[in-house]
Amino acid sequence: MTLSRDLINGPVKVVNVGLESFAHDLTSLGVANIHVEWRPPANGDPHLVRLLALIEENIDVINTANQKAINRLLEAQPKLIDIKLAGEVIPGFERNMILHSGPPITWSKMCGPMRGAVIGALIYEGLADNAEQAEKLAASGEIKFAPCHEYSAVGPMSGIISASMPVFVVENETAGNRAYSNFNEGLGKVLRFGANSPEIIERLRWIRDVLAPALRNAILACGGVDLKTLTAKALQMGDECHNRNLAATSLLTRTLMPALVKTCPPNKLEEVASFLAKNDHFYLNISMAACKAILDAAHGIPGSTLVTAMARNGVEFGIRVSGLGNEWFTAPAPYVKGLYFPGYNDEDANPDLGDSAITETCGLGGFAMAAAPAIVQFVGGTPQDALNYTLEMYNITLTSNPAYTIPNLGFRPTPTGIDVLKVVETGINPIINTGIAHREAGVGQIGAGLVRAPMECFVAALHRLAETIS
Amino acid sequence: MVIRWLIKPKMYQDSVKLMKLSAELRKQDGVKQASVIMATEMNKSTLQDIGMLVPEVAAANADDLAIIVAVDTEEQAQKAVELAEKLLNRAEVQQGETKQQFPKTLRSAVEALPGANLALISVPGTYAAAEALKALNLGLNVHLFSDNVTLEDEVRLKQIGTKKGLLVMGPDCGTAIIDGVPLAFANVVARGKIGIVGASGTGIQEATVLIERLGGGISHAIGTGGRDLLDEVGGQMMLLGIDLLEDDPATEVILLISKPAGPRTANKILDRVKQCKKPVVVNLLKGDLNAIQSAGVVGAATIEDAAYKAVALANGEEAVAMPENYWGDYSKQIAMLESQLGPNQRYIRGLFTGGTLADEAMVILSDIVGDIFSNIPLKPELKLPSARKSHKHTIVDLGDDEFTRGRPHPMIDPLPRNERLMQEYADPEVGVILCDVVTGYGSHADPAGELARAVARARDAYPSNNPAVIAFVCGTEADPQPLSEQVKVLEKEGIFVLPSNAEAARAAGRIIKLHESRRV
Repeated sequence: MTLSRDLINGPVKVVNVGLESFAHDLTSLGVANIHVEWRPPANGDPHLVRLLALIEENIDVINTANQKAINRLLEAQPKLIDIKLAGEVIPGFERNMILHSGPPITWSKMCGPMRGAVIGALIYEGLADNAEQAEKLAASGEIKFAPCHEYSAVGPMSGIISASMPVFVVENETAGNRAYSNFNEGLGKVLRFGANSPEIIERLRWIRDVLAPALRNAILACGGVDLKTLTAKALQMGDECHNRNLAATSLLTRTLMPALVKTCPPNKLEEVASFLAKNDHFYLNISMAACKAILDAAHGIPGSTLVTAMARNGVEFGIRVSGLGNEWFTAPAPYVKGLYFPGYNDEDANPDLGDSAITETCGLGGFAMAAAPAIVQFVGGTPQDALNYTLEMYNITLTSNPAYTIPNLGFRPTPTGIDVLKVVETGINPIINTGIAHREAGVGQIGAGLVRAPMECFVAALHRLAETIS
Repeated sequence: MVIRWLIKPKMYQDSVKLMKLSAELRKQDGVKQASVIMATEMNKSTLQDIGMLVPEVAAANADDLAIIVAVDTEEQAQKAVELAEKLLNRAEVQQGETKQQFPKTLRSAVEALPGANLALISVPGTYAAAEALKALNLGLNVHLFSDNVTLEDEVRLKQIGTKKGLLVMGPDCGTAIIDGVPLAFANVVARGKIGIVGASGTGIQEATVLIERLGGGISHAIGTGGRDLLDEVGGQMMLLGIDLLEDDPATEVILLISKPAGPRTANKILDRVKQCKKPVVVNLLKGDLNAIQSAGVVGAATIEDAAYKAVALANGEEAVAMPENYWGDYSKQIAMLESQLGPNQRYIRGLFTGGTLADEAMVILSDIVGDIFSNIPLKPELKLPSARKSHKHTIVDLGDDEFTRGRPHPMIDPLPRNERLMQEYADPEVGVILCDVVTGYGSHADPAGELARAVARARDAYPSNNPAVIAFVCGTEADPQPLSEQVKVLEKEGIFVLPSNAEAARAAGRIIKLHESRRV
């Protein structure tokens, strides 16, 4: 009974839930208080309210599990340590395997950009000579499709990774786990948006044969790149490390350049340097791998309600939850609200696509929007809207990450670690900054904007949590 | 179709701003396509793809800005390009909405207020138990103001609270004062040596106010909710409250206020009180005073008497009953008011906003004038068939569920009492109208003014009826509605204002008694 005793020894500090006038009275008396902008939980859905109440009975178990997950998340130290071919380095990778973004999907159900990218990857691998052959092969059942996420990997947009594509190797030095991601090819007509023409394949080969070895040597020569520090610096410089990676890419280039100058064949140096200089998003894939390495360390803790992945395959949006193993909880992928490049509009857009929402899952991207006022105009917003998005997200996260702070919020740590329970309770869908892909293969990116993760995924996960916990 | 363009050399603009601007242009009449871009190689290839790459733009440099529109007519083209220039030059003064960000859940609130130790919950009953459970799980004591929480939920919450060593005040707990902080409906009273645990809201308010008026002060007032002493709940919070006050160095005397307890629970409480190291005064309204006193505990029949005894004990004196005429001799005013009554004006009508105050008035009045009908009667046979219609001597609790369903409590919104007052005033058999005026935090900003105006309207409407209107103010000088001002407003309207609920009830009874004796 120490707790009620503490109360009567004062000072009283009140959380007010309900009538706002009670909070005003306390404020007028100079009593510390905070008013909750309360709404009926789960938008008043009686069934969900019951489920939440049921789970609340076991909250001690959940809190303990979540604390463990949070510790692993916050203690993670992602470091870029190497570049290798996917088939050599990703555990369990098979020659005839193609990894894709989002939850599991079959060839017949894939959206246009993903199909286009699969075709490109099969040609790149030399398994097909042309698109027609590639399609036939993809449909034959000989190719094994699997989500990147199930192989410790992530890829933006279609997220296609095949055996001889080079991947970044990011190691979480704390837990020792590794995560992988493919290379960012730049903007425009690129494989991740489903483009697969000969020049695309040519660029992929150049990445494999020239860029990857050069960067690899530089990374090894530097003894790796500490991604936690680099990401933290980029946040201070106006990136949120999902839709804006300008600062991070510049920092990475600057970090690697002295080594690169020494290790890169002189006749290739200009090519490599120009490629980095022209691609503002080069860091995106590395940022994603870092987030994946962090979140995988927090995955698989029984009872934990932490979301460890949000990913989309262009047809479905799926999430994974730490305490629920490798099960996906899915809903139809929503359309992105945003701005289009010249010549495109809503009708051209594919539903939301890619593993890049791993950044939001880790407290970056839309969750760190306050750090990147330059990109809020994507939603017709103002810098204040950017602050509001981040502030809203604190309501659905388990913690905030002291490693990543936001200057505009007085260096407040970013909201980190989405909690299934909080999402359902508040009815606040996680916000995601993302690109918009054309629904047809190969056209490429046609815009960018914001999307909210669908509530159905979280509700489905809540049902399963209720089964497993109570 | 017309394609028009304009190149602005060496004018860098952020690509997102340009995309937004392009989107605005595309909304204009006749505009088929519009692009405002930096003339980079990539942007030029996109223009090429949509057939809008004119040679001049193709020749532009990456640091040149290009406006390109495809429209139906020359005139529209002119307009579109002009608009683009205007938008480019527009200073971005547009301000986002700076809304104050309140946390949306108890959990986020606790993160935002480190050291929070109490949740004051007043959400609708269906959700209240779940919020209270969250609060307990977050290690917060709970003041559950909400009503309509099931008894089952109350029992469970209090079991959890007891296990965790946290207070669960309520459900339906109107009042508490913790470490000098008034919570929900509460008066601002002096700090002092008397600690209260009470199962009634206005009962606690009246006790704290009277203790202050009698020269004492309050250490804490812990509300338990009206059902705490039912055997189902077992007085869990009353027992925890006694434990807390017994160990609290600031508390020297403990005052328990409650409606009648379940038999098992009453015994449990009395046993506990007998063990208590500090003196305890017990006021069980409508309860059996003899049982309390035979248990060797200081009992009190009314809240007023309990306050008097508690103050005496706090002063180190003996707890004797409050003397008659303690507040003064009101015989003159009583005689004067009685003299204005017509021969048929024989009934008392009490219109109360506080349930416990109504109870106390009934306990006092039934000793003086006999049976009192009510919506919350002392005996079942005295229940009004319709709460909205008085019968003989009647006291109604206007704060009862029947009146408050779907509308604010009459302590906040006086309209129901104003209407009822008119109804009673119109009745030629009514001799006394008795009202409470409850001030303090949570209450209406000017309850006395509301009552005075309602009385004035009734007098205008029924000038030939002249019942005595009697009131008292449950409030203190430090309340947001200062006591002296509230009293002044009532007296100005010719309302007879007495210092306590009990005294007001006695005065009402004496007027009717006197009138009866003179009629005979």
